[in-house]
Amino acid sequence: MFAYIVRRLLYAPLILIGVNLLTFALFFVVNTPDDMARMQLGAKRVTPEAIERWKVERGYDKPLLFNAGAEGTDTLTRTIFFEKSLRMFVFDFGRADDGRDIASEIQSRMGPSLAIALPTFVLGLLVTVSFALLLVFFRASYLDFAGVVLCVAMMSISGLFYIIGGQWLVSKIWHLVPISGYGGGLDASRFLVLPVVIGVIAGIGGSARWYRTIFLEEAGKDYVRTARAKGLSELQALFRHVLKNAMIPILTGVVVVIPSLFMGSLITESFFGIPGLGSYTIDAINAQDFPVVRAMVFIGSLLYIVGLILTDLSYTLVDPRVRLE
Amino acid sequence: MTGIQPLVLWTDLLLFGLLACALLAGWSVRRSEPMRAAWRRVGESRVGMTSLTVLMVFLLVGLMDSLHYRERLAPAGGEQLAADDRRQLSTEVRSALDAMAAPLRTRVEKTYSAPLAYQLFARQTVEGPDGSQKREFPRLKHGGADLKYPEQELDGDIVGRIGMGLAVAAVAWMVFAAVLVKVVAMSRRVPAGAAWRAIWRGKGGPAWRAVLATLGVMLLLIGPLAALATEYHVFGTDKVGQDVLFLTLKSIRTALVIGTLTTLVTLPLAVALGIMAGYLGGWVDDLIQYIYTVLNSIPGVLLIAAAVLMMQVVIDTHPEWFETAAERADARLLALCLILGMTSWTGLCRLLRGETLKLRELEYVQAARAFGVSTTRILARHVLPNLMHLVLIALVMDFSGLVLAEAVLSYVGIGVDPGTVSFGTMINAARMELAREPMVWWSLVAAFIFMFVLVLAANLFADVVRDAFDPRAS
Repeated sequence: MFAYIVRRLLYAPLILIGVNLLTFALFFVVNTPDDMARMQLGAKRVTPEAIERWKVERGYDKPLLFNAGAEGTDTLTRTIFFEKSLRMFVFDFGRADDGRDIASEIQSRMGPSLAIALPTFVLGLLVTVSFALLLVFFRASYLDFAGVVLCVAMMSISGLFYIIGGQWLVSKIWHLVPISGYGGGLDASRFLVLPVVIGVIAGIGGSARWYRTIFLEEAGKDYVRTARAKGLSELQALFRHVLKNAMIPILTGVVVVIPSLFMGSLITESFFGIPGLGSYTIDAINAQDFPVVRAMVFIGSLLYIVGLILTDLSYTLVDPRVRLE
Repeated sequence: MTGIQPLVLWTDLLLFGLLACALLAGWSVRRSEPMRAAWRRVGESRVGMTSLTVLMVFLLVGLMDSLHYRERLAPAGGEQLAADDRRQLSTEVRSALDAMAAPLRTRVEKTYSAPLAYQLFARQTVEGPDGSQKREFPRLKHGGADLKYPEQELDGDIVGRIGMGLAVAAVAWMVFAAVLVKVVAMSRRVPAGAAWRAIWRGKGGPAWRAVLATLGVMLLLIGPLAALATEYHVFGTDKVGQDVLFLTLKSIRTALVIGTLTTLVTLPLAVALGIMAGYLGGWVDDLIQYIYTVLNSIPGVLLIAAAVLMMQVVIDTHPEWFETAAERADARLLALCLILGMTSWTGLCRLLRGETLKLRELEYVQAARAFGVSTTRILARHVLPNLMHLVLIALVMDFSGLVLAEAVLSYVGIGVDPGTVSFGTMINAARMELAREPMVWWSLVAAFIFMFVLVLAANLFADVVRDAFDPRAS
């Protein structure tokens, strides 16, 4: 098990290098810094001097991979690849196009992102699992059928509709909470209630149906029949046996996203004006702020890989039969 | 000289290519008993046939909107141009749907107007004949323009048109039902009466009754809608006065293109890599697994954002590649499909790899290997055909998610070209107007309802197809 984890941990940087090379190719090889400068400076008839100045200001005036004009190790370090891509491994993301330090920006925005993503995640999991269990408890009845129909209908509705509809109904018609915004400390809860509730509702359809399938498969197995035969009530059988054993497939889908909660949600944050990482990313995309997008791609991949490792570990905790080799 | 010059956009080509492939595949699986049995299960499912009917109607609209052409303009200054001179072509690219719905496209109002309104939505300063100015709701140029006293006549006119639409719909339904009964009667070699009774009781073969019922409901909606659309803006007009019904119809094609072509364009990659990884194993497997783990690690939206931003730079710096704005928008649409596909092919690839791992150990594959059949031949003859059901399931399962994703991406600003009409661009444009008092709700609601119906039908159909084709499910 220990050897396995070490191997996984060694594999992680390998993947990160792949991600890094991919983003480097995407951002600097497909489009040269000259193209980007021309795009940023807008006008078609922009002078070469202006492009040169733009590149120097942002450090894009160096060769991509190999600097023949420099001495010693500088031939490799004074390049765009080293300064813009490799430095990300030590969390040095440089400055955004508006001049602000990306790393400190990310630090200050992680809190609001987490404040909205974590409750949505926990509550969402609780609600969907209980809803799915309820459907399984009433399986093969009209209630179950209606529940599945509801799930399919709910997953066919655009996520944008939940947000726009929720804001309209709760904030505009009922005046219960502010439409958007964010405050410090306890004041924040006022702004968080609606996005969290909407996030939970929007997620019910797809996940509940999926969990229901998993539970149903488990509930049809022999050991559950034995449990019922020895006199356990249906509820006890569901909670003590089915839920426990259905944890493995649920874990695969769930644990992997936990680290990514830091990234926040793009759409929710921008609709509700929450100053988290999601809205930071959207603003960067709209302003075509490439350094920020590059940094977010790197952090997102890192968190995902951490999630994969956590998933493997959680298997062994839930199911002692799983031996990681 | 006037006329039209057909223009085949890339997405048109692929869309019709996909249709041709589907028909060809349908023709070729007739001999394969398991495939026929699976399709029969789809046909016998009421849900399946209902959703398929709805999808077919959407597909019809989408395909009509995929027949593009450019109009030939009369040459300026009387100079004669050769017939193949491209200068005389209009820069505006139209489609068959545009031509059919020309009244909807051309009757543009000044700005917002509510559904079935005869006045603009906002007060404007109007100058009277005597030079005096007053604030009032001006009459629409087109919507309800034939009414002399709209206050009294509006309701009656609307009811009359609805009635007419319903009557036409009923006739159309009866014609369709008669044709269907005739076809069923001929294929089963029974009298038409017996065929009608069999369909009515839902007995035997495909669930034709569900098809007829669905079509009936849809015609009852379409008929009055079309009858009203000749005179009014049924779903109102948007900020620049375009008819919202027309915009929703145009959005259907975009949704269909994104939903189908995304999986299609990366299908060869996913199939080839998945089979190779599973069958060859060794370092090939390691490499392919590494590639898709890397792609998978990048959060989807961010990868799409990065790729779309880069693509935008490429397109913007090479304006000479595209003759018309429509071709540029089309290139962007196709590129978006490719980019979306890049983030989603990994799932299918992993699935195919796992299935191939199982298949390669089966006796008939091992026998083929023992006989010295070449690897390519084994893959083509024995492995690939046994994976096609997974490909089909992936194609239909991905559709609805992609249609929904388009709306979100267009909202973020990394979706289709702003000039392309899509559900996403419609929602995005309408979002700003929610804060208005009173609210402009119609284009938002129209886009959401059409999208909901399309996605719901696709979800239901996908479930039926999966149940029918997945051997584990039965």
